[in-house]
Amino acid sequence: MLLIYCPYCEEERSELEFRNGGDAHIARPTNIAEISDEEFEAYFFLRDNPKGVIFERWRHIHGCGRFFNAARDTVSDRFLTTYKAGEPKPDLDAEPKTSAEVETYEALEGAAQ
Amino acid sequence: MRKYSVFAVAREALRGHKGWGPHWASPEPRPQYDVVIIGGGGHGLGAAYYLAKEHGITNVAVLEKGWIGGGNTGRNTTIIRSNYLYEESMDIYEHSLKLWENLSQDLNYNVMYSPRGVMMLSHNIHDQQSFKRHINANRLYGIDNEWLTPEQAKAYCPPLDIAKTARYPINGAALQRRGGTARHDAVAWGYARAASDRGVHIIQNCEVTGIRRDETGRVTGVDTNRGFIGAKKIGISAAGHSSVLMQMADVRVPLQSQPLQALVSEPLKPIFPCVVMSNSVHAYISQSDKGEFVIGAGTDQYNSYSQTGGLQIITHTLDAICELFPMFRRVKMMRQWGGIVDVTQDRSPIQGVTPVPGLYLNAGWGTGGFKATPGSANLFAHLIARGEPHRLAAGLTLERFRTGRLIDEAAAAAVAH
Repeated sequence: MLLIYCPYCEEERSELEFRNGGDAHIARPTNIAEISDEEFEAYFFLRDNPKGVIFERWRHIHGCGRFFNAARDTVSDRFLTTYKAGEPKPDLDAEPKTSAEVETYEALEGAAQ
Repeated sequence: MRKYSVFAVAREALRGHKGWGPHWASPEPRPQYDVVIIGGGGHGLGAAYYLAKEHGITNVAVLEKGWIGGGNTGRNTTIIRSNYLYEESMDIYEHSLKLWENLSQDLNYNVMYSPRGVMMLSHNIHDQQSFKRHINANRLYGIDNEWLTPEQAKAYCPPLDIAKTARYPINGAALQRRGGTARHDAVAWGYARAASDRGVHIIQNCEVTGIRRDETGRVTGVDTNRGFIGAKKIGISAAGHSSVLMQMADVRVPLQSQPLQALVSEPLKPIFPCVVMSNSVHAYISQSDKGEFVIGAGTDQYNSYSQTGGLQIITHTLDAICELFPMFRRVKMMRQWGGIVDVTQDRSPIQGVTPVPGLYLNAGWGTGGFKATPGSANLFAHLIARGEPHRLAAGLTLERFRTGRLIDEAAAAAVAH
């Protein structure tokens, strides 16, 4: 279970209090009725699904009830930072970082014989 | 390939079982193949087998990052059924179920397919209406599925608690008798052995790090940790890592990778005769031939590649199991693990061509890919060999997210499935 720091409550709380809201920083087109099918697909369905740092929305649904954003490593599940909704994407030295000590099956079991 | 039979067992018994040999060869990769399949799970190995068997394409390599069957093929709860709502789903899952029925004979390898019946519990009026709609759709399409009263459900699965005062009361169930389970490792091993016998190269510990294309955009091969391997066609069948591989070809796909957990109990004597699923309270349980209860939990709510999930997810599932089957409350759990599943927004798979010529995608099987293994592999081989989808997989295209022709099993089942 994740421990998540809510930037509004300024407290680290258990994942049970939160609801994941998918990718952050996706802007709904203001001319939604006029865009092409390709543009709508890109806005509505296509996602980066990165193996590394993901920027995502969380909602502190059983706490303050507010949405905020987080940068998390999807290999280690470690949160790099959380920040309030509306704030710009933080600079995390740009390149996706993954932690070395992750318990993947390769790390635990070694190479197949 | 040495044929496995009762005579082979008897002969080897006399020789102290020293003559079996390896199931499949482990050759050095060639510099160039006609087809490279990325991902050595059941779907990828099966596709290589059917390419060789049905389409005469034997210059094929299956590249696997770890060891074959070590990903989601070895991590699922082995449930097989075909009682989906929409025709596109019924087509492919029923095609698969028909292949399951004869797979052990086809591969000369015992995959232990056991049609013990899959029973889906209904807890409320919504479940009942939804299941009856599924049953009617299935029967009109020639797929077996039937409605059981609570008493009939109890007769079919005696450990079930059908008391009206139960925490999760049961007002009926849908039963697909041809559904059941199979041995998941044997599926990977059986396909690997049969494919290797037909000349397919199975290359383990070979991680793809890039997909190369020529100036026209057509694929030319893959970069791996064992060097460049040329390929005229590339098939991606890598479950949770499908979107990572597609990004190597600069294609964004509508997939989200999430952890899905399962666990097994200590082994008990045979007591549980079928597979029981409850979508509403989220529990999946069957008993393996070793005697362990095999229990499937839900996905975590966030994207992850960690192959672990939150404890609260499996606790939630065990809560439900203990309420549905009170006699199991003191059973101890032995092992728990996670796999990474790639989930589409409509909870239906993607199998089709991609915007990159020569690159084919088989992905998005989400939380229910095991049951589809033979059918998916068979149709993926057809897609790679012919360059266009088989009639039975024609609706599973990547374009459906642009055209809007979704196959909305997510709404039909109300849960991931």
